[in-house]
Amino acid sequence: MELSRLPGFLLRRGIKAMIVILAIVVCNFLLIHAAPGDPASVIAGQSGAADERFLAQLREQFGLDRPLYEQLWIYLKGVLTLDLGFSHRQQQPVWTLISERLPATLILTGAAFAFAIVAGVTLGTLAARRVGSWWDSVITVIALTFYATPLFWVGLMLVLFFSVWLEWLPSFGMGTVGVEMHGIDVLLDLGKHLILPAATLGLFYLAVYARLTRATMLEVADQDFVKTARAKGVPEGQVVRRHVLRNALLPVITFAGIQAGQLVGGSILVETVFAWPGIGRLAFDALLARDYAVLMGVFFCTSVMVVGFNLLTDLLYAVVDPRVEVEG
Amino acid sequence: MSDFWRRFRRNRGAVVGLVILALVFAMAAFASVLFPGSPWDMATAPFVPPGEEGMLLGSDSLGRDVAAGIAHGARISLMVGAVSTVAALFIGVTLGAVAGYLGGWVDDAVMRFTEFFQTIPSFVFAILLVAIFTPTIGSVVFAIAVVSWPPVARVVRAEFLSLRSREFVQAAEVLGKSRIAIVVTDILPNAMSPIVVLSSLMVASAILLESALSFLGLGDPNLMTWGFLIGSGRSVIRIAWWMSVFPGLAIFVTVLALNLVGEGLSDALNPRLARQRGGAA
Repeated sequence: MELSRLPGFLLRRGIKAMIVILAIVVCNFLLIHAAPGDPASVIAGQSGAADERFLAQLREQFGLDRPLYEQLWIYLKGVLTLDLGFSHRQQQPVWTLISERLPATLILTGAAFAFAIVAGVTLGTLAARRVGSWWDSVITVIALTFYATPLFWVGLMLVLFFSVWLEWLPSFGMGTVGVEMHGIDVLLDLGKHLILPAATLGLFYLAVYARLTRATMLEVADQDFVKTARAKGVPEGQVVRRHVLRNALLPVITFAGIQAGQLVGGSILVETVFAWPGIGRLAFDALLARDYAVLMGVFFCTSVMVVGFNLLTDLLYAVVDPRVEVEG
Repeated sequence: MSDFWRRFRRNRGAVVGLVILALVFAMAAFASVLFPGSPWDMATAPFVPPGEEGMLLGSDSLGRDVAAGIAHGARISLMVGAVSTVAALFIGVTLGAVAGYLGGWVDDAVMRFTEFFQTIPSFVFAILLVAIFTPTIGSVVFAIAVVSWPPVARVVRAEFLSLRSREFVQAAEVLGKSRIAIVVTDILPNAMSPIVVLSSLMVASAILLESALSFLGLGDPNLMTWGFLIGSGRSVIRIAWWMSVFPGLAIFVTVLALNLVGEGLSDALNPRLARQRGGAA
């Protein structure tokens, strides 16, 4: 795509993203009202147990005695100014709770994604270059295995193996508790704690990306421009890297965008297994306490993360592939 | 039919999958015979390792038989997988058929709606739904169906788009058949193969989703499920590995079998597409 058309493209995608985010807010709003019982007690996060004064205050704040569309407007205004409600359980605004936990989740999902894409594309490339070899079958079997394994169970098995039996890696938290550390030691400690959760979250996508890369590489390898490159005498390694892999990566990028939601959802399970202090763990605690305000805040924030990630992959796609004339 | 069976049989993995699936079904059907009494009842001392005191797969922290839990849990997993898939098929087929057959702005609107559901983090949404409507078997099935229909709608829409301009559909229109009759009796039967293949993969992912929800404590509190078993074994994994290992294996084997059967169905129903398929998430 020509660079001059990029702003228009970005604008169209931005508007689309805004619409999705608005729809999510409306969705949250409808859920509060669809829930059995008084909306105020849903917002308060407990049914029957909240004290009357607090419920009355909530009714006032959200205008629960007014018509539905006015309530929606009040709710929308709140969310768009990052007022995601108040957690009665934790006595803190929901946004404060989430923003404290966000970095941990970003580190975890980022590491898992990087691991999955690098290892997945590498394995897929190797499999595509040796179709039908034992190596190709091994990768297919690995992929089938991880398609069928529950994420949280993979996490538990890694804990069992690497923490309980081998005692190599820590099984929970983000850092060693009660030890004073400085500089590089802190990072090393974080890295050590990150390995198991990131591997758990990444292994499934590794399998997905490996299969996808393999399939698209085989497809691209049949095309004329690859034959032309070979005929011109371009060295084999260069054909694979410059011609085949580069074009085969496009579907992988698209797919990564589509799967972003799954990755974020998976982090809830992984953070629960490894007591990783991110928003997934926050969601799990909120779940135990039936703290709906926090749960809805997490749903909203993870959705925004996914929308942002989709924008990023769209942009990447447009920049990488000059043939694409992306329509809004 | 025999042609279908011949092609299905050619895929060895699919046959293995079918056999495994039959065994899981048998286990579910005969759970009360194999393990009479409630799986929630104490059967022996707590934390008995596998193979001791007549406990094939060990006992849990309250002395319950893990094997009994797995056998009884098979019923719930298969049932939730099947029912939520049927519900998701109903939503997806309806929306996809309407979008593909009518086209135009209806198609646009339905596809935007579908895209929205594909964008949002579906697992987080499912958690929210079950939490708000309180965890019961009904709300779990509902939540799984709500987050699983979009691929069906897309596939059905694509089929309908290509089928609606075919001659046999035009003939039916000329004969004065009603639109609903055309959709149900003419187009839908011709769009069945991809729907069948997709549904076996959907049962598999529904079972995974259900286990994840129960693992987080969002299962029906009255029902023994595989995810619940793993969830209760999580905190004691250092002393009782068998509590989390065996139920996980049960999920793995069942889901793998369903995926293999799905591949076999795909080979048998559309040999053309047999090579280029991805997997289910």
